[in-house]
Amino acid sequence: MKLAYWMYAGPAHIGTLRIASSFKNVHAIMHAPIGDDYFNVMRSMLARERDFTPVTTSVVDRNVLARGSQEKVVDNITRKDQEEHPDLIVLTPTCTSSILQEDLQNFVERAQIDAQGDVMLADVNHYRVNELQAADRTLQQIVVYYLNKAKKKGELPTDKTEKPSVNILGITTLGFHNNHDVKELRRLMADLGIEVNAVIPDGASVHELKNLPRAWFNLVPYREIGPDTAQYLQSEFDMPYVDITPMGIVETARCIRAVQKILNEQGADVSYEGFIDEQTRFASQAAWFSRSIDCQNLTGKKCVVFGDSTHAAALTKILAREMGIHVVLAGSYCKNDTEWFKQEVSEYCDEILISEDHGEIGDAIARIEPAAIFGTQMERHVGKRLDIPCGVIAAPIHVQNFPVGYRPFLGYEGANQVVDLIYNSFTLGMEDHLLEIFGGHDTKEVITKTMSADSDLSWTKDGTAELNKIPGFVRGKVKRNTEKFARDRGITAISAEVLYAAKEAVGA
Amino acid sequence: MTLANTQPQALEFECETGNYHTFCPISCVAWLYQKIEDSFFLVIGTKTCGYFLQNAMGVMIFAEPRYAMAELEEGDISAQLNDYEELKRLCLQIKRDRNPSVIVWIGTCTTEIIKMDLEGLSPRLEAEIGIPIVVARANGLDYAFTQGEDTVLAAMAHRCPDQAPVAEAEKEERGGITKLLNFGRKKEEVDAAESEYVDHAPLVLFGSVPDPVVTQITLELKKQGIKVSGWLPSKRYTELPVLGEGYYVAGINPFLSRTASTLMRRRKCKLVGAPFPIGPDGTRAWIEKICSVLEIEPQGLEEREAKIWQSLEDYLQIIRGKSVYFMGDNLLEVSLARFLTRCGMTVHEVGIPYMDKRYQAAELKLLEQTCHEMGTPTPKIVEKPDNYNQIQRIYQLEPDLVITGMAHANPLEARGINTKWSVEFTFAQIHGFSNARDILELVTRPLRRNSSLKDLGWDKLVREKAPH
Ligand code: SF4
Ligand code: SF4
Repeated sequence: MKLAYWMYAGPAHIGTLRIASSFKNVHAIMHAPIGDDYFNVMRSMLARERDFTPVTTSVVDRNVLARGSQEKVVDNITRKDQEEHPDLIVLTPTCTSSILQEDLQNFVERAQIDAQGDVMLADVNHYRVNELQAADRTLQQIVVYYLNKAKKKGELPTDKTEKPSVNILGITTLGFHNNHDVKELRRLMADLGIEVNAVIPDGASVHELKNLPRAWFNLVPYREIGPDTAQYLQSEFDMPYVDITPMGIVETARCIRAVQKILNEQGADVSYEGFIDEQTRFASQAAWFSRSIDCQNLTGKKCVVFGDSTHAAALTKILAREMGIHVVLAGSYCKNDTEWFKQEVSEYCDEILISEDHGEIGDAIARIEPAAIFGTQMERHVGKRLDIPCGVIAAPIHVQNFPVGYRPFLGYEGANQVVDLIYNSFTLGMEDHLLEIFGGHDTKEVITKTMSADSDLSWTKDGTAELNKIPGFVRGKVKRNTEKFARDRGITAISAEVLYAAKEAVGA
Repeated sequence: MTLANTQPQALEFECETGNYHTFCPISCVAWLYQKIEDSFFLVIGTKTCGYFLQNAMGVMIFAEPRYAMAELEEGDISAQLNDYEELKRLCLQIKRDRNPSVIVWIGTCTTEIIKMDLEGLSPRLEAEIGIPIVVARANGLDYAFTQGEDTVLAAMAHRCPDQAPVAEAEKEERGGITKLLNFGRKKEEVDAAESEYVDHAPLVLFGSVPDPVVTQITLELKKQGIKVSGWLPSKRYTELPVLGEGYYVAGINPFLSRTASTLMRRRKCKLVGAPFPIGPDGTRAWIEKICSVLEIEPQGLEEREAKIWQSLEDYLQIIRGKSVYFMGDNLLEVSLARFLTRCGMTVHEVGIPYMDKRYQAAELKLLEQTCHEMGTPTPKIVEKPDNYNQIQRIYQLEPDLVITGMAHANPLEARGINTKWSVEFTFAQIHGFSNARDILELVTRPLRRNSSLKDLGWDKLVREKAPH
């Protein structure tokens, strides 16, 4: 047992569900107790999804515990198959229900007899892997399933597309700014004259998967989700892949050069150097901005970076290499990717921390006292307590990571966004500090001070106590209304009773 | 049936597949740890439970947390580790870091599945570490959402003292609310204040509500000369109310049936069976019932209710004649349906996770009666609903408002259907006379918002699909 307060990566079933519900017309059945279906809430509330989340729980309750699922799971699968005609139904347990050790594979086989669509059990070890690893694994499993199916039917295309083309792997629902990133990547590929053969899984149909091998190469923008699939496609279909995250000006250029190399090896004759130079020096604002006088004051400022491997490594490089900021500590919660992370960032920071324990990171931040933090929502919170500004650069996902406007992290527009984020984090931090100095913030003390001053009315202790329970932002209004009410009625001492009587009278 | 016209139409009950969305009952931790200020809640479960609390509830376990997960790892599940030693290690750490007056163990599905004997372990551990341990099995196998609170309060009911441990004079100082009301007054005034009360059998209220509501309800009863001798839960664990044999107890929430039966069977208290104090109609009925069992003639309740209704008129104009559909989530549905019917709405369906017809008997009767008096059809009550079927019915019925869990709100809005999250009623202050306005503020908000957007002509924000 361990005492846990916070998790950077969710449990495995969340990863599986992210993949299943990213695809078009795929439904997931979750074999789980009823309270485990909060994935639906995350998708509807955080990602503001307009469609009903295609996940249905096959409820594990007391009866199932006592007698096993019997027909329940099979019935739920076939029912969904009839109601919504999905192409594929993915069955997954949660870590809770996997303890029951029911033979889910058997349920899948039985359901497949009646179901029109395909049925599969997500093959994930719920005891051993987290959300991200499970997502990576499930994506691969679905791709393998449909490529094998096509092979058996002899429907596997053997040709490549005429023009250079790419599959973008690992774009998912509830992924950190994934929806903006994919737009930017499509734009980048168009600029490079590369056709997008497929983007998976987000918005893809499983029927298109058999066409994956037609692309000239695969692009894996994130280290957490996609590599398993890319490796499989490489070993089975000899497809090369690029797994350099195009985040920041330098890494974007490196990614494009890797693409160029792969294409030229396959007989294309492309040169992207001119494009890279044009983008870097003139079209994109990021490189110029870091050079501009604005950013001079950031030089040598201390910061801490923490997040998933992809974002923490990329940000570390941008800060250190492109902006001259001193990264004291770079860290990641992706323990399974420790080696890569260390190798990538070691030359750009003083310390490396790989940990899933938010307390450890919090302590490190307190010790280092950086001028800014780039981390997750948790570090943002730590920053608030320590009065250090924090830019959020990585999941766990939060509703704030679904901005309505366009905010990619990848590509050249992403580079612009990232420098904005960095610059604003530092300077907003300064402004905040000024506000504090000049008493611009509405603090509790201020309110209580004005409370009894210059007034012909007095508040009794219980009245004050009740008033203080009212949230700060409406307290002033409630107080004014109550005092008016008391004055009108010639009441001089305001008690809790008077407060509530006033609330009723004015509907405050 | 000729009787149908003269007699209230009987409510129709139905049970569906139980495939609906609701929150896990362990979510009660989110409000109970705030309510009971000297407590620590330890949820013993898996990462799935922890991620739920962190994410879906939006209660991120940030600064100074008074709850935590005891995350079960492979060794715990395969029983290689000793549960007692593991829990002891964690509880000692909690004691050292937080020193709470009580540790509440929240069991989960996993502790049920692996049959961890929490009730068996706790007495020994509590003796060993010197902090009371209350065990509540708020798991998602047996319960839905708000019922988590029920399991905690039922467990705490066992810990209430059965007699006042100290002299009478000091006892006055114990109860948080008594203290609050008497604050700053001299002894004589306190005695004088005592005389504002009628002499009646002790009354304890149960149900967790925010402190301002505690004050309001206590004052409301005081107007009738009724003294509330305590609340379960109290603000502090060390101030749990005395529960003597023959005490009257009244529930403030409709989801507390286990607590009610524990109080009756185990503590030999007498339950006041009343509708719940939600909406002016319910509040009046609740107070009247308490008065009647305490043999007090209620004063001015009718006028008070009428005045509240008057003050609600601006909101009532918005909802009168409109229809509402409850998908079912937090077990407040019947009380809200009854109140909204009285407001002039028609209720199509009341979905509800679990229906205790005995504990909710008076509320159900009032709903039936209200429908009859308002001349609206009685709604169908669907226990353990099936969300998929409900959505088909919603498409057909086209209600003006759907009160729903969080999973369905945005998709319904995208299809031009007004929604309100049911959880908001769980967290808002909805009890008593004056908070009726707050309920209507919530109910009318989507209608007001969407009517101001109506002229834009954008009400459907998904592409039409051919129906299957
Ligand atoms: S339903 Fe069970 S397993 Fe799921 S979060 Fe609730 S207690 Fe945990
Ligand atoms: S499977 Fe086991 S280790 Fe994994 S999250 Fe669930 S309980 Fe924890």
